[in-house]
Amino acid sequence: MTLLALSGIRKGFGAVAVLHGVDFVVEAGEVVGLVGDNGAGKSTLMKIITGIYRADSGTIAFGAQDIAPLDPGARRQLGIEMIYQDLSLARQQDVSSNIFLGREPTRKLFGLFPGFIDKAEMDRRAAVMIERLGAHLPSINRSVGSFSGGQQQTVAIARALTFNPKLVIMDEPTAALAVREVQSVLELIRRLKREGIAVILISHRLNDVLSVTDRIVVLRHGRADANLVTAKTNMNEVVSRIVGGGDASAAAAHEQGG
Amino acid sequence: MNPEIAKSGYWAQAQRASVERLHIRLESLVVLLVLSGVMAMLSPFFLSFSNFLNILLATSTIGVLAIAATFVIGSGGLDLSLGSVMGLAGVVGASVAVNLGAPAPIGLLACILAGAAAGYINGQLITRAMVPAFIVTLGMLGLARGLALVISEGRVIYGLPPVMVYVGQGRPLGIPMPVIIFLATAVIAHCVLGYTKFGRHTLAIGDSEAAARAAGIRVERQRRILYTLSGALAGLAGMLFMARINSGDPTAGLNYELTAITAAIIGGTNLFGGRGSILGTMIGALIMGVLQNGLNLLAVQSYYQQMAIGAVLILAVFIDQYQLRKESRV
Repeated sequence: MTLLALSGIRKGFGAVAVLHGVDFVVEAGEVVGLVGDNGAGKSTLMKIITGIYRADSGTIAFGAQDIAPLDPGARRQLGIEMIYQDLSLARQQDVSSNIFLGREPTRKLFGLFPGFIDKAEMDRRAAVMIERLGAHLPSINRSVGSFSGGQQQTVAIARALTFNPKLVIMDEPTAALAVREVQSVLELIRRLKREGIAVILISHRLNDVLSVTDRIVVLRHGRADANLVTAKTNMNEVVSRIVGGGDASAAAAHEQGG
Repeated sequence: MNPEIAKSGYWAQAQRASVERLHIRLESLVVLLVLSGVMAMLSPFFLSFSNFLNILLATSTIGVLAIAATFVIGSGGLDLSLGSVMGLAGVVGASVAVNLGAPAPIGLLACILAGAAAGYINGQLITRAMVPAFIVTLGMLGLARGLALVISEGRVIYGLPPVMVYVGQGRPLGIPMPVIIFLATAVIAHCVLGYTKFGRHTLAIGDSEAAARAAGIRVERQRRILYTLSGALAGLAGMLFMARINSGDPTAGLNYELTAITAAIIGGTNLFGGRGSILGTMIGALIMGVLQNGLNLLAVQSYYQQMAIGAVLILAVFIDQYQLRKESRV
């Protein structure tokens, strides 16, 4: 079953055209790697999926629904979550405020005034979620900015997983992590797949991409240039598709070594 | 126990706990107590119930403006037009009641609506025309003051109906009306900022606009509401002041934005947004009130008071920045 289908997506910023008609499909429960050189348009494409940007033309469907007119909040409601490379955390707020930002559970104060945030409920559910991820945080009542990079990553992941998403987009989730932490993120992606959640993984670390994905889409000069089944491809082919011939073999040798 | 916490001293722990649970800065509370102690020693009149009410009465106008400043600065914005809009609101209310002969409640409502209108224009220009808040509200500072002078033809409007005067001078149960309205506003604002979606989203926007946007918060819409709210509160402050002095004075609220923003900042509002609490701002406003009241009791010229407030603002921001630098170095 097709979960997400983009077709003919074009997007430009002023005079600069970034995407020239991208077709991109994600099946339900599939892990898709999205790779490409810097400036290939990966982040722009993802922001069009989450609704931060509007495409200039093209269609975007989630399940059977046309989601082009929906704002980011509505798309999150449908089950599209994104973990940004900069994590997009509110650093002066605590853990549960970040996890529930924009979707806070509310109750009536004294059974009269509606719209009050149920902070106790938020803290309880946040603690459960952090526990489930097997992570250790100093305190969920501390501001997120006081945490280490890995701990902040945990909060960002917990935020993405708390509302039973159908699709999780991860933008360079392992770029800033220590080796041990990288493995736990990759294991998490495998677990999401087992739970039937689709994942789009954007990464420059091709070893990571080759080890966890079902399919790899190569974005090049604003087009989906290649669509490779991970089991039937290798580092050489992926790298040559990214750089487009030329120095491909040298680049591939470098990646293999690293 | 976490070793990181164990290492830090008692003061740092207490500070962290107070900032994270009560959202106030402990220093501001200490400053308020020390300042009150010094004033009590210097003047025999300071420690009396009537002087306490005096301080609250003098703080009520500034306090309402400081609440507005807390919301806007907490969201990463800035409203320099608070004092001018307050002056405009008083003149509009007095003019509606005296010159147009409208009933008193309409006159009072006109103050708040005039303020809200000015704030609404601020919000529209900032979010739709993309002019920086600093420039828009600085422009509004001039526009609103000028309009107040035009409407009043540069003169003070006298002769308010008794009901309007009661809002400023009435004393049900011996407590001045402005104090009651100010405290009620503070309680509501405290609940809204601390415990509602609107309040938490306000601080989230000030903390990280990108995070708020990614979370689906409609940032521009929220900003427009915030500036309108700020204007409405400035209107409320203008209403209180007008009723208290029993006239619409076009020069009312001159330089009040300085005091209001100072109160919010020393109350723990982060100058760049993301952190702030009404409880802290109330402490800040009381520091301003005690400072002015004490200097008045000591018969210090008001020119020096202006200087003191300006110096306190710079000092408060310096301490804040110094602590931030120190923390990031650890």
